[in-house]
Amino acid sequence: MRVSKWVALLTVILFSLSIIAGCGGGQAPPPAAAEEIKIGLIAPLTGDVKTFGESVKNAFELAIEESGNKVGDFNIKYVIADDRNVATEAVNVADKLITQDKVSAIVGSVTSSCTIPISEVAQAAGVVVISPTATNPKVTVDAGNRKDFIFRACFIDPFQGTVAARFALDELGAKTAAVLFDQGNDYTIGLKDFFKEAFVAGGGTMLAEEAYAKTDTDFSAVLTRIAQLKPDILFLPDYYQKASLIGKQARDKGITAVFLGGDGWDSPDLDFAAMEGGYFTNHYSPEDPRPVVAEWVAKYTAKYGQTPDALATLAYDATNLLLAAIEKAGSKDPAAIRDAMAATDGFQAVSGSISFDENGNPIKSAAILQVKDGAQKFVTIVDP
Amino acid sequence: MGVNSNYKRLALYAAGTVAVYALIKLLVLSGFINPYWQRVLDQSMIVAIGALGLSVIFGISGQFSIGHAAFYGIGAYTAGLVTKSLGGEAAAFLAALVAGVFMAALVAFLFGLPVLRLTSDYLGIATLGFGVICKVGFDNANKVIPAMGGATGMTGVPQVADFDWIFLFFILSIVLARNFVQSAQGRSCMALREDEVAANVIGINIFRYKMLAFVFGCGLAGLAGALYAHRYPFLHPSNFDFLPSVDFLIIVVLGGMGSLTGTVVTAIGWVFLLEVLRAVLGMAFMDWRGVIYALILVVTILVRRQGLFGNKEYGFLAPRVFKAKEGPNATVKG
Amino acid sequence: MEYFLEQVINGLQLGMVYALIALGYTMVYGIVRLINFAHGDVFMVGAFIGYFGFTNWNMPWPLAIVVAMIICAALGMTIERLAYRPLRYAPRIMALIAAIGVSFFIEYFCSLKFMFGPNYRVVQRPFEEVYWSIGGVTISNIQVLIFVTAVIMLIGLQYLVYRTKLGAAMRTLSFDHDTARLMGVNVDRTISLTFGIGAALAAVGGVLYAIAYPQIFTFMGIMPGLKAFTAAVLGGIGLIPGAMLGALIMGQAEVMTAAFISSQLRDMIAFSILILVLLIKPTGILGKTQPEKV
Repeated sequence: MRVSKWVALLTVILFSLSIIAGCGGGQAPPPAAAEEIKIGLIAPLTGDVKTFGESVKNAFELAIEESGNKVGDFNIKYVIADDRNVATEAVNVADKLITQDKVSAIVGSVTSSCTIPISEVAQAAGVVVISPTATNPKVTVDAGNRKDFIFRACFIDPFQGTVAARFALDELGAKTAAVLFDQGNDYTIGLKDFFKEAFVAGGGTMLAEEAYAKTDTDFSAVLTRIAQLKPDILFLPDYYQKASLIGKQARDKGITAVFLGGDGWDSPDLDFAAMEGGYFTNHYSPEDPRPVVAEWVAKYTAKYGQTPDALATLAYDATNLLLAAIEKAGSKDPAAIRDAMAATDGFQAVSGSISFDENGNPIKSAAILQVKDGAQKFVTIVDP
Repeated sequence: MGVNSNYKRLALYAAGTVAVYALIKLLVLSGFINPYWQRVLDQSMIVAIGALGLSVIFGISGQFSIGHAAFYGIGAYTAGLVTKSLGGEAAAFLAALVAGVFMAALVAFLFGLPVLRLTSDYLGIATLGFGVICKVGFDNANKVIPAMGGATGMTGVPQVADFDWIFLFFILSIVLARNFVQSAQGRSCMALREDEVAANVIGINIFRYKMLAFVFGCGLAGLAGALYAHRYPFLHPSNFDFLPSVDFLIIVVLGGMGSLTGTVVTAIGWVFLLEVLRAVLGMAFMDWRGVIYALILVVTILVRRQGLFGNKEYGFLAPRVFKAKEGPNATVKG
Repeated sequence: MEYFLEQVINGLQLGMVYALIALGYTMVYGIVRLINFAHGDVFMVGAFIGYFGFTNWNMPWPLAIVVAMIICAALGMTIERLAYRPLRYAPRIMALIAAIGVSFFIEYFCSLKFMFGPNYRVVQRPFEEVYWSIGGVTISNIQVLIFVTAVIMLIGLQYLVYRTKLGAAMRTLSFDHDTARLMGVNVDRTISLTFGIGAALAAVGGVLYAIAYPQIFTFMGIMPGLKAFTAAVLGGIGLIPGAMLGALIMGQAEVMTAAFISSQLRDMIAFSILILVLLIKPTGILGKTQPEKV
């Protein structure tokens, strides 16, 4: 009895100590060196989308390293934080980076469900955020209010969905389409909605719209139904791993439709055999003749031993866009960085020449690629 | 004599609470607690309120639930909808909290009517199923109420729950839970946890007390959710699915089944643990956060197999029976 | 009609996959009354070992399954020894929380770079798919393989539990540990073997799962594990035929919802069925009513 009481007491003391230690630790920022700018990265580095977070972190560190840890007259000091793809933690780390580490700008996060809450916190605190990959329109504009400190490096869903639909109608001569989408993922829902809108507006017919949950791995029921409908196009607007899994099962079920997808397909881990013949919209093509593309692919491969996927490319662009804006602003005042970022005009990023529209979304052209003979082949460029 | 000393104790606890509040306020004003740790502190209190709810359901009354986060979510979405349409004034905020608690309690009542007849693991699985059903419901809610945002999440809830509000409701929840547990109803609940048949034999209406505890506990989860919605600017269905439910369960069991003290301390410690690990591990070992977190959980259970606090209560939460023993010949009846 | 039959086959495949996991789950539960949350993660480890076996180590796939079984059996017994045995006579809920902790540990540890890494991996099937068309319904050799394996596992387990000495020891244990000990049952050894066998079954399930749904990653065990356990409860937890029955119902419910109602509601309907069944028959379809406590 006595012993257990002591252990309980000890635990209380330990907990309180850890709380105090935590608070205290937070309170002792090293005295800022004369000319230092702090940049934060928020990404899911543990948990179920850790693999996305890894790509983004790799690219972020590569971009910083290339700058020689310097931007303009400032030395760069960066802080990386993990959000575990949990919205609550994303808010906590955004608070941490802003109020404890006192960063001027944040790159991140990967998913919209973490980036939206981060954008709210950062906008209120007046810190610049550029997300590499969060495609939900709510990230930069909510209920008509433009969050002017928030930017992103990726397309928003409307553009990509529309491009895919136009391509299916005009180039592939498709009349009918079916789509499978993740009901819990705004990225795939957005692509699906705008694909459908443009496809139907262009005279096509949607034969089926089927939802699944992130954790589903068996699509046999839905695919059996779609096989009967015989659509020309099967639109799979999800990341490579899910698209691969569905594509494989679709062929198993005897579906002959052409597969179509979005930038989420761009990964060396795509199941090329299963997706053979499919087309997808992307930010750039590795075969793009611009030197910046080949250089990027070579650098990343040399450092990490694998080809960069879409997430890495966008994170690299986002980081470089931010560094360029800081350099132009010549200041670590977030408001100045924001103005410089908004004024970005024709920045030569890996994913094309980038300017921002009034909502902080990049204006850049989309590439259409085909999965062919186990590789990605460039097909055409579509301008916005 | 005994009554007098009870009042003295009460005054002492009230003074202690005010002192803790003043201390934290002072630390915040002096900048020793920055907004980040302030947010973590707020989160820990919110989690503690929700965990207290599960503690009453599971720890006190023995009703196994793995779907607690669903009620947390119902409270959050309901309250969020209210302030989103009424604005963030204090009156609207309080109305939102009431609505959140009421909706969570109502759903708990309707769900409990058929389901609380189940026992043990079967009840656990039924609540787990309910959690999955709620998640699918939140995912598709925008088809009925567009403001809920469905799978793309809900934004636009005014962020008006500051430390003062949360602390107030945190203390209020502790007092409520303690009074519930020490009331005749609470003891009946404990009796049915120990042995349903025996409890029934001595005249306790088992179903009624199960329901009472369940509705009360889920109401607390609703309160926690309502506060969360006004402290964290984004509600997403994945905040309220299986894993958050497991978090509540871990807190209640780790704290010690049947110990409200344990639940509160563990809830706060558990939230801080994740954030402190972030600071301690640094950037190089960030991947290890999940591993160490899991390891601490397993090792703690192995070392303290009754939970951190066993089933003991301390301070304000300690049952009156023990205090009355101090009187010379006081015989107390509950 | 053909469409309906085709969907029945789809549901059967999914149900059998759940059964592969649910059998091991329910056996462990039946003997030690523990919801072994880590079962889904042992299943994941099995899938990875099998994958490494037939892609990286160039084994024939049946051998890869055997290797996965051995490694997972060792893993299951280690987990039991380190995390569950010390808690055997603690309140049951403590062992459950320990199981959740072990489950998190395996997931996070395996997603570290020097282990399996966080990436999704595409599994190249170790044999060609073959399709047979019978009366307009298509059946693949993978489906046949899964059906046959699940049925063999079911029969084997039934034999083990009801016809062998070890099975008799297990059944004795499931009633009362002290009595079992008095009757000469080596409690530690029997429970350890139970976990070993359960884990080996999970490994078989994992490898076949990876072949049927050719993609693996370190968090893949959570949802199938949860669904399989739910299926086991549906059929009557602790009962081996119950796990099979529950799994088949779960599979059909999901597939039929997706095929005829809405794919968005598949989980909602599947779990609603579960709750309904429990309300009518609180111990599952085949379960006997017996008072028990948490």
